Amino acid sequence: MTEKTVNTNTAPAQAGAYLVHQARRRARYALVFFVLIAAFCLITVLNINIGNIPIPLERIVEILFTKTGNPTEVNIIWKIRLPRILMAAILGGALSLAGFLLQTFFENPIAGPFVLGISSGAKMVVAFAMIYFIQIFGVVSSYTLILAAFVGSLLSVGFILLFSRRIPSMSTLLVAGIMIGYICTAITDFTVTFAADSDIVNLHNWSKGSFSGMNWSNVGVAATVVGITGGVTFLMAKPIGAYQLGEAYAQSMGVNIKAFRTALIVLSSILSATVTAFAGPISFVGIAVPFLIRHCLNTSKPLVVIPATFLGGGVFCMLCDLIARTAFAPTELNISTVTSIFGAPVVIYMMLRRKGGRK
Amino acid sequence: MTDTPYFVIDDLTIGYHKVPVIRDISVKVQKGEIIALIGPNGAGKSTLLKTIARDLEPIRGKIFLEGRDMQTITYRELSKKLAVILTERIKVELTTCRDVVATGRYPYTGRLGVLRGEDQRIVDEAMETVHALELAERDFNAISDGQRQRVLLARAIAQQPEMILLDEPTSFLDVRHKLDLLTILTRMARKKNITVIMSLHEIDLAEKVADRILTVKGDTQFGFGAPGEVFEEQAIRKLYDIEDGYFDPLFGSIELKKPAGDTPEVFVLAGAGTGISVYRKLQRENVPFATGVLYENDVDYRLARLLAAETVSVPAFAAPDDAVYEKAFETMRRCGRILLAGDAARTPNAPLLTRAKAAGLVVLDAKTEGWTL
Repeated sequence: MTEKTVNTNTAPAQAGAYLVHQARRRARYALVFFVLIAAFCLITVLNINIGNIPIPLERIVEILFTKTGNPTEVNIIWKIRLPRILMAAILGGALSLAGFLLQTFFENPIAGPFVLGISSGAKMVVAFAMIYFIQIFGVVSSYTLILAAFVGSLLSVGFILLFSRRIPSMSTLLVAGIMIGYICTAITDFTVTFAADSDIVNLHNWSKGSFSGMNWSNVGVAATVVGITGGVTFLMAKPIGAYQLGEAYAQSMGVNIKAFRTALIVLSSILSATVTAFAGPISFVGIAVPFLIRHCLNTSKPLVVIPATFLGGGVFCMLCDLIARTAFAPTELNISTVTSIFGAPVVIYMMLRRKGGRK
Repeated sequence: MTDTPYFVIDDLTIGYHKVPVIRDISVKVQKGEIIALIGPNGAGKSTLLKTIARDLEPIRGKIFLEGRDMQTITYRELSKKLAVILTERIKVELTTCRDVVATGRYPYTGRLGVLRGEDQRIVDEAMETVHALELAERDFNAISDGQRQRVLLARAIAQQPEMILLDEPTSFLDVRHKLDLLTILTRMARKKNITVIMSLHEIDLAEKVADRILTVKGDTQFGFGAPGEVFEEQAIRKLYDIEDGYFDPLFGSIELKKPAGDTPEVFVLAGAGTGISVYRKLQRENVPFATGVLYENDVDYRLARLLAAETVSVPAFAAPDDAVYEKAFETMRRCGRILLAGDAARTPNAPLLTRAKAAGLVVLDAKTEGWTL
C-alpha cells in the first residue's frame, strides 16, 4: 500500500519532509542531553547533601566554590563525598561505554562487561596483583591495578572469542561469558579466603563492588585513562556506524576490519578494567544504559549515542551510589545490589521484547 | 572501444582455507555490462562474489580492475569503486532507511562521518532512483523484504560505485519486486555505465537481464558467454543435473517430466496456444498423449515438443498436405480418443475433426469445465 512509485513532483516535498524530520530529531537529541545534564547536576547536589552528616545547599555552594566554612564539612565534601561522586560518574560512564563497544563487537545488545565475564576476569587478576604486590612491596599503585585488570579483561575476552568462533550462536556466547564469570569468581573467592592477610582486608569489600574510599589521586588516574579512551571511542564513531550494518558491509566501505575489531576489544577492555580496578565488578550498567539511551534518543547513530551513553552511565551510577549509601544508612549496600535492581528488569524487558518482536 | 576490458578474472581458483571451490575461472567484462552468475546451490557463487569483493583471498590467479591487480588496491580506494549487496540480513536497531542509505557515503565523508549538503542530496537521489523516498524515515526493520532490497540498492548507489556486486538479490522477493529491482539495475547499467555482477537463481530472469552469463558447477567454470550461447537446453540440464524435467531456453521456463509411457492414450487437437493448459493437465495426471497438427512456430508446439509422446507438425506458414493429415488421422485412430483443445476451425485441424467424428472416434471437449478422460 505504501509502496507507491514516487513521481518527480513529490521529490521536493519529500526533501522538505526530510528537513522537518531532521529538525525533530535534533530537538530530541538536545532534550535528552539537557535532561541528562540536569539530572547530573541535581544528583551531584543530592549526593553531597545527603549522608550521615547532612549538609544544606547554601553551605554546599559555599564550600564547593570557596573551600571555607566548617572544617568537618569541608573535609566531608572535599575528601569524601566529592571524589566519590566524580568517581561514580567517570566509572559509570566508562562502564556504559564498554558495554556499548562490546554490543557493537558482538552485534548483540545483551553483551556487556559483566555478563561476558570480563569484569570477573579483571577482578581475579586484580586480586592476585593486590595480594602479590602488598606482600612484596606493601603498596600497589592505581596504574598497576588497572594494568592487572586489563590483563584479566583480555584473558576473559580471549576465552569468549575462542568460544564464539566455534559456536557463533548468541545464547552460547552469553552462557560462555557467565561460565567464565563463575570460574573467575570462584578462583578469586578461593584466593581471598586463604590469603587472610590483614593487608587485604579491603579486598573483601572491593571484590563485591563499591565506590567508597575514593581519593583525588584515584579520580585523577581514572579521569586520565577514561578521558583518553573515551575520546578515542568518540573518534571511532564513523567506523562503528558502518560496522552496525555487519562486518562485510563495513569492509566494503573501506573499514580495516581486523584493526577495527582489535581496537573495539582493547578500548572496551581498558574501560572495564579501569572500573574494576577502582570499584570492583558492577553489574548490568553496561547493558541497561546503552539500551535506555538509544531508545531515548530513538537512534543508533554512534556520534550521538557515544557521548549520551557516557553521560547516562555517569548519572545512573551516581544515582545508584546515592541509594547504596543512604537507603540503609549507616550500612552501605554493594553498588551491584542497586544496579542489579534497576538494571536487571531492563535486561529482562529487552529479552522479552526481542522474543516477541522478532520475525 | 578499449583494449583492456574493465574487469578481468584470470585463471582464478577460489575457496576457503586453501580448499578450492571453483577452479580456473577466466572472464572478461566490459564496463556497464550486466553479468549473471548461475549455478546450482553450493556451486560457489557467493564464494566468487566474496572473492571479488576482497572478502576472501584467491587461492590462485588474479582479478584485475581497470588493468590493476585488485589485491594491490586498498580497501579504502576500492570502496569508491565497488559496492555490495549481500544476502545476510542486516541487524540494525532504531535506524531509519535513510540512515542505512547514508552509510553509503562513508568513503566520502570526513573523520566523524558527518554528511554535508552534497552528501544529503546524493542520498536523496539514490533513494529516488529506487523509488524509496517515501520510506526514508521508516525504521529499516519495519519494512518488507522488497522494500529492504530497494533500500540496500539505494545504499549501494549512494556509494557511487563503478561496479555493484549482488548476492542473490531476488530471493525473498515476489514477481513484481523482482521485476522492479532488475529494471532498476538494467537502467543503472545503461545510464550510469555501472557494471553489475550478480548471482541469480532464476535462469529465465538471468536470460532476460544479463549481457553475459557465467555458469559454475561442481568445481569448474561451466560456461561464459551471451545468454543465447550459454543457455542451451542440454547445457542447463547438465548444469543442474536435471533428469526429471526440461528447460525451455527460448522462454527460459522449466517444465516437469513428460508423462510416462510412449503409447499415447489420447490425441489433443490443438493449435494457436489452445493446447498448453490441456498438455499441462495431462502431464499432471500422467497421461501420455499425442497432439497435432501444429505449426512449428505455434507456442503449443514448443511445449508439445517437451511433453507430448508424439507430435504431428508442419513448418511455419506451410499448409499441411494430405500425407500430414493421413499421419495425424492414423495417430488419432491409435489413441481412440480425441481431446478438442480449442476451436478447430481456427487451426488447420477442422478437416481432421470432421473425419474423426465420421469414423466414430470419441471426441471430448476440453473447453467444458472440469473435463476428465
